Amino acid sequence: MAKKKKEPIWIARELARCSGCRKCEIACSLFHENQIWPEASMIRVFMLVPGADFPHFCAQCQDYPCVESCPVKALSISKQTGAVLVDKVTCIACGKCIDACPGRIPHMHPKEKHIVICDLCNGDPQCVKVCREGGWNVLKTVSREDRSYKLYARMPEETARDLALKMYGEKTEEFI
Amino acid sequence: MILGYAGKFLEVNLSTGKIKEITLDDDVLKDYVGGRGLAAKILWDRLGSSWQKIDPLGPENVLLFLTGPLTGYFPGGRTCVSGKSPQCNGVVGSTVAGEFGVELRCAGYDGIIVTEEAKKPVYLLIKDSNVEIRSAEHIWGKDAKQTVKILTKECRELLKKRFPIYGEWKEPALLYIGQAGENKVRTAVVAAKWTHAAGYGGYGAVMGSKKLKAIAVKGTGPLPPVDNIEKIKRLIQIVNDNAYDNELWRRWGTGGGGYEFGARTSSEPIRNWQEEWHDEKSYGVDQFENKLWIKQSWSDFGCPTCCMKIAMVKNGKFKGAITDNPDYEMQAYLGTNLGIFVPEENVYLSTLADDLGLCGIQTGNVMGFVAELFQRKILTKEDLDGIEPKWGDAEAFANLIKKIAFREGIGDLLAEGTYRAALKIGKMKNVDVQQYAVQSKGISIGAHGIRSGKDFPESVSYAVGVQGGDHTSLTGLPLDARGSELGEILNDSAVFCNFNSFGLPRNLKFEFYTAVTGLKLTRKEWSKNQGLKILQLQRAELLLGGPDQVWDPKIHDVNPPRFYEPLPSGPYKGKKADKSEVEDYKRRYYRAAGWDRNGIPKTETLRKLRLQDVDRALKKLR
Repeated sequence: MAKKKKEPIWIARELARCSGCRKCEIACSLFHENQIWPEASMIRVFMLVPGADFPHFCAQCQDYPCVESCPVKALSISKQTGAVLVDKVTCIACGKCIDACPGRIPHMHPKEKHIVICDLCNGDPQCVKVCREGGWNVLKTVSREDRSYKLYARMPEETARDLALKMYGEKTEEFI
Repeated sequence: MILGYAGKFLEVNLSTGKIKEITLDDDVLKDYVGGRGLAAKILWDRLGSSWQKIDPLGPENVLLFLTGPLTGYFPGGRTCVSGKSPQCNGVVGSTVAGEFGVELRCAGYDGIIVTEEAKKPVYLLIKDSNVEIRSAEHIWGKDAKQTVKILTKECRELLKKRFPIYGEWKEPALLYIGQAGENKVRTAVVAAKWTHAAGYGGYGAVMGSKKLKAIAVKGTGPLPPVDNIEKIKRLIQIVNDNAYDNELWRRWGTGGGGYEFGARTSSEPIRNWQEEWHDEKSYGVDQFENKLWIKQSWSDFGCPTCCMKIAMVKNGKFKGAITDNPDYEMQAYLGTNLGIFVPEENVYLSTLADDLGLCGIQTGNVMGFVAELFQRKILTKEDLDGIEPKWGDAEAFANLIKKIAFREGIGDLLAEGTYRAALKIGKMKNVDVQQYAVQSKGISIGAHGIRSGKDFPESVSYAVGVQGGDHTSLTGLPLDARGSELGEILNDSAVFCNFNSFGLPRNLKFEFYTAVTGLKLTRKEWSKNQGLKILQLQRAELLLGGPDQVWDPKIHDVNPPRFYEPLPSGPYKGKKADKSEVEDYKRRYYRAAGWDRNGIPKTETLRKLRLQDVDRALKKLR
């Protein structure tokens, strides 16, 4: 058993290892919705270029611009884990937090009227479990330190391009 | 409504542009499950009364994209593509990996039924219940990679415009055809994600005949509700753990086969099956892995195995070629079968097949056939538009592939597939060339020979299987054995990847089905009722065939003549299929399947399975 990380935590990510299996989406939606529901998952795998699949999910920026942007104070920071918590009742689904996020990571719940942001599963992220169990090790839980986590809040197009470049080199321009 | 199903099917008439939602009776879903089984049933209901007259490439054919109740739940998502096949003139349940089936179910549909044909190229865009037929004129003529690029961008922009505050849209899942499908090449595939294909059946040509370039689907709902989600979680874990234990399977996928099936089991097609043994270490999986793979694990929805790898040639003449693996079938058919033992050349030819939307197995089969005719001087350089397909000449074969995809010159003839090309060439040259055609009922034999007796197909697998040469639907006795076609019918009807079921207890799939649908089903029941019923229906559709080919079991329930020639080399030198053993096995198989001595399903068999109308239709064949 891996030693439990000291809270608050962060999910370190090595995107180029992602197989695109989407087990993180399955685990996340099973945990939060008790259903397999990829679009309701708080972590979503994008494949804008085949082969360059990667998970897109909250990076818990050190300055939390999404929380700042919320006009109704529906977003808060968990003292325990450092996750952004959504108050589903207060949230008016206005989308301001999406615009505030440098990676446009939050998305609307497909059926209910509120935003979806990774809640770090109260400190025991399910996506990390399944990713490590299968040996892909794209995701790993680490203790949260004083760092620029914002670096990981990137637009999907940006990440897709970088990963494609890493794999396909100069051919990338033909695919994107 | 049965649990585990979305409960609705989308029916799209491409001629009138009419789109509607339809439902199917619970009894139909209970009996035929989904995917392959349901395809056989839907096609029979719609085309059965005039089956022999329906041209698979004409507007009256019905093209199906079907999921099953296990799609998305059983790890390893697939989608079943079907219709009346332009290869065997029966029904093939041709499955393709990817997220399409999952997205479709999340959009609220168990399947799509496409009828008639469009006047101009179109594609379908499905976002939940919003369905539209859109112009595809700007992508008609484009290859796989360009089609994926343009549609991914275009569909995401459309979604963004229509649902501006949703956030970033993931790409919709795509199924599409390349130029080969557009040109109605009978070995054209319906493809996904650059490299995945529904190969057997020739449904790329059907899609092309309907001028349907692609389908894009984005579903935002959950998978349909199930009977016992807790049980499903446990079953998923069992499937995952079983796969995680299988290290070499995960590391190499079927890619270990390029050397293995030649050197060890002596069952790999080499130079159009003139040999099945080689000891070329240049063709070992380590060569592919170390020199060419740029991604070690690539997978589809929920898959713990990741048998897909991505290969790219980084230097030399074929620099820039990108494809998956290649898996064993590609290593064989676009490699050894053409006398090619150089991984880079194999990756290059596989890339061409992917890009143009061709089935690598069947296109490699027809090219091997042509190369043998060239070797035997039955076909000459002049017959082949100046191309000299010498064994091992990758560039010559690349030229042939392109000609086939565009039906140019000799390519037009070869685009008919091995069997039909053999008929034409035989007439043209007044020589019996069927003896060099390695196929069964219009479908090329998979890259697993039967002569050494060391590989998994049995001596009658290709001769009596209801999907001809399809190596993913092999059969044998007893009928409820692991190696019988009834098991494959379950995988293709419940629609999930059988690669994730290797090594699992045999009842697990049935437990899975029960946990999803709430309906009790045992292996015994399956092989006496539902599975057997689907087998009979597929057999009937295959034997009715038409309009251009009809299969008479007395003539066509046979192995390719090549399998009766002794193996010329290797540890199993001299071994061959034994005609009297095959005939005896066939008789026993017919009996077990409830077929008469001519291989036609008996009246009592069909009556017992409540297939009276099929019985009536078969009367003219008896």
